Amino acid sequence: MALPPPDPQFVLRGTSAAVHTLHFSCGGPEPDIPLLFSGSENGFIHVWNLKTHRVDTALDGHGRRSVYCVETMGGKDRLLSQGRDQRICLWDLAEGRTSVTDSVFTEHVGFCRCSLLKVAQGRWLMAMAARSLEEVQILELPSKTSVCTLKPEVGAKLGMPMCLKLWQLNCDSQPVLLAGYEDGSVVLWNVSMGKALSQLICHQEPVMSLDFDAEKAKGISGSSEKVLSIWSLNEQQNLQVYKTHELVNAGISDITIRPDKKILATAGWDHRIRIFGWKKLKPLAVLDYHTATVHCVSFSDHSNPRERLLAAGSKDQRISVWSIYAQT
Amino acid sequence: VCFILGGLDCSISFVSHVLGKVCVHGRQKEILGVLVPHLTDLTKSDCIWQRICWRLLECVPDRWMEAVVLGFVQRAPGADVLSRLLGNLVVKNKKAQFVVTQKMLLLQYGHTTAVLQNLLGYLSLDSVRRTLLLRVLQELLETWSSSSAVKHSPAEQQLYISKAILICLSHLKEPEIESCRQELLTSMMEGVKCHLDSSLPQLRRLGMVVAESISSKINTEGPVLKFEYEEDDETRELKSLLVQTPPFCVVPSLPDDDRSEKAGAALPLVPESNEKPHTAAPAMPDEELDAELDSDDDLTPYEMSEDKELKIKPPMYIRDCIEVLTGSRAEDVDKWEATVKALESLVRKNPAATREVSVELAKILLHLEERTCIEGFVELRQRAQVAVLTTDPVPVAKYLTSQFYSLNYSLRQRMDILDVLVLAAQELSCPKFHGKTKHSGVQKPCIQLLPGSDSSKDWRRIVDERIKNKTRRFDMGRSHVELASRPNEFNSVAGHFFFPLIQHFDRPLTTFDLLGEDHLVLGRLVHTLAILMYLAVNTVAVTAMGKALLEFVWALRFHTDSYVRQGLLSCISSLLLSVPTERILADMTEELLETQSWLGDVMEKDPDGDCRRLALQNLLLMENLRKKLEAVPS
Repeated sequence: MALPPPDPQFVLRGTSAAVHTLHFSCGGPEPDIPLLFSGSENGFIHVWNLKTHRVDTALDGHGRRSVYCVETMGGKDRLLSQGRDQRICLWDLAEGRTSVTDSVFTEHVGFCRCSLLKVAQGRWLMAMAARSLEEVQILELPSKTSVCTLKPEVGAKLGMPMCLKLWQLNCDSQPVLLAGYEDGSVVLWNVSMGKALSQLICHQEPVMSLDFDAEKAKGISGSSEKVLSIWSLNEQQNLQVYKTHELVNAGISDITIRPDKKILATAGWDHRIRIFGWKKLKPLAVLDYHTATVHCVSFSDHSNPRERLLAAGSKDQRISVWSIYAQT
Repeated sequence: VCFILGGLDCSISFVSHVLGKVCVHGRQKEILGVLVPHLTDLTKSDCIWQRICWRLLECVPDRWMEAVVLGFVQRAPGADVLSRLLGNLVVKNKKAQFVVTQKMLLLQYGHTTAVLQNLLGYLSLDSVRRTLLLRVLQELLETWSSSSAVKHSPAEQQLYISKAILICLSHLKEPEIESCRQELLTSMMEGVKCHLDSSLPQLRRLGMVVAESISSKINTEGPVLKFEYEEDDETRELKSLLVQTPPFCVVPSLPDDDRSEKAGAALPLVPESNEKPHTAAPAMPDEELDAELDSDDDLTPYEMSEDKELKIKPPMYIRDCIEVLTGSRAEDVDKWEATVKALESLVRKNPAATREVSVELAKILLHLEERTCIEGFVELRQRAQVAVLTTDPVPVAKYLTSQFYSLNYSLRQRMDILDVLVLAAQELSCPKFHGKTKHSGVQKPCIQLLPGSDSSKDWRRIVDERIKNKTRRFDMGRSHVELASRPNEFNSVAGHFFFPLIQHFDRPLTTFDLLGEDHLVLGRLVHTLAILMYLAVNTVAVTAMGKALLEFVWALRFHTDSYVRQGLLSCISSLLLSVPTERILADMTEELLETQSWLGDVMEKDPDGDCRRLALQNLLLMENLRKKLEAVPS
């Protein structure tokens, strides 16, 4: 007899706007408070204290334009946020400061979240959608120098890039970018050469979100249709469709794979969060708490596996935090 | 008749005379049946025989030329054969030219497509004759694009002319098209306008097919005209005429050349294979991967049976529906969609509530426009309107009929009003149930414990069925009778549907003139009146309706639009079928006699085949009436 799905462990209220992005920072040593960063439609980035369940700080750096991406850069003191004011801001949050140290003017008017990859101590690569319609630009941070611009060939008609993921197999290998586009295809780019290695049409509708497991060379993408597409990367760096999974309701806004690669979570337009096993995409749970579209899901990076959490932000202005499958 | 010719110099004018005389007397089939195959064989390679043949035909006297030429054109197995047999007769002989270029194409229309192919192919095969081909095309286009021809000539003739145009177009070459491109374009534009104006769908389709073909010929690069219409055999046949090009149009100037077989060798278009964009084939997961230890097994899934499709709940009350439909908030589109889909059943389930707001609901529905893309929106709206009209007929009918004659409605909306009135009338006058299915009717005789069936729960249904199973043996006969009778609800409202529609037809408004431009709506109105008349059988108002209808028909009987005339004739039929015989004969005798003479006229002289048929039917109905009267002793 299957158990009914669990209730959220707690729910964070107080953003007063739809929540578009979440990022945990709980990996620090003991005296550090586990934090959750959330970006909202009203332009604020809230820093939630996961012990008190209250907002510690509210950062206002995007001129009240919606914030749709937040990431930490090596710890909770440095934050990167991307907003609809066409800027990516770098924040310094150490010792209670809340200042923007640097910003990148992307001139991108879409909703494509940037992707960060740490390549060396203090150096990151960031992939972001650029000004021109189909291009993706790779910048090195914090120097903000452009590494390359990835342009699809003329006539490819991929549309806007919708989601990006930079990754590298290990510290010595080349960084590679996976980009999902408006026409439903996922393209694998070689960053150093600036060339496309492989392209796969995964969906009939735009790719809304994707995530990739570098160890198993398998990735998953979700779209505005009812199908989740799982694809793999073979030795020749070619993408192939591995499996598809049909959902009950159409529309996925976010997909994320837990860091231990055992489960993944999808945020759906039908207000539900779905949990699947990553190995075979076995449906595990449907978490039905929110009353509007769920915009983002994120897994925490707790060092103690039992404390791991899943957070989901929705248009109904709530962030639900769940503890699910934390024992394995 | 065998030809035995001696030397080359003999005169064959005598033979021509014989041939001509025989043909004129109607014996074309016999003589040409033997002659043409012979000549075909003989002239295949022999120039001398060809010249003999030409001479033969040239010598036929003018008064018999028509019969001979007609016969040849009809009997020749192909345009090339015809060309061999006739040579340049059309150029040399005025009468032959008239027959071929004018009479057979413009004045007659009974010939088959094959004959047309022969004729036009023949004209195209020689450079001297090609000028005639161009002239023919121009004249055909002039006829095709003249509005009076479209309005008054029978459909068969229009089909014939369209076929001829298409075949001509298929024979034209690039430089010729270039030279007359402007004229083609002008005639196409004019012709399309007249054809689309017509009320008969067949003529509209003809116009569309021909215009598309002309456009594709004159615009080889760039966008061509493309209409949307339903393909049927006729359109497919017409289009096939355009495609076929004779394989030897390359060398038209040497009629003596050895040509390949038939002119009618159609080169079928190779259908382009539909290449769908190639998506990467899914790689089958290898069996080896599955052999790995499945660590997913220790993750037990939770209960997921509640995970169903997300449905927006429609409102439960009529007034809520009104609020949703008139609200303008953009976020409520899901609710709006759900409301539109649920409206009809809500209206039918809550007649009392609907009656309170019926006119308002009718108004909203009449003006309801599609906000999101729902499948079958037009049908949903129409069914909701019919439901409202049948629930509260009198005020809603009053509203709708008044709106029919109001300013600022589109033609589509006016025609929608007519459709809704007809559907509602059908429902009201029909003894079968639409909507609520009353199970309780079957069980009334013996089961008292189930008062209302609409809210039965499951256990009640099971009890129902058990009891029904047991009692069916006794009840079968009675239950049939129980279901069949029901008061005719149309009786009390027939007049409300009918008379307002007939009242103002001759009063033009600024945007709506039934007797003028909007003859399409007039046609629909007349047909609607005919249906309403038919459905009013056994109602009290039927006689008054009949009289008014007869007057209406009399006023419009000479209308130029054949769709309207067909409607008027159906009105007469409905009248004769619905109004009881005694009343017809008592109240409408003189009018009927006048109508009878009008019907006789229509049957003989009307250009439209359907009108003639309907007039004949009406006359037969009247005959039956008279016989009935004579059979009953007064």
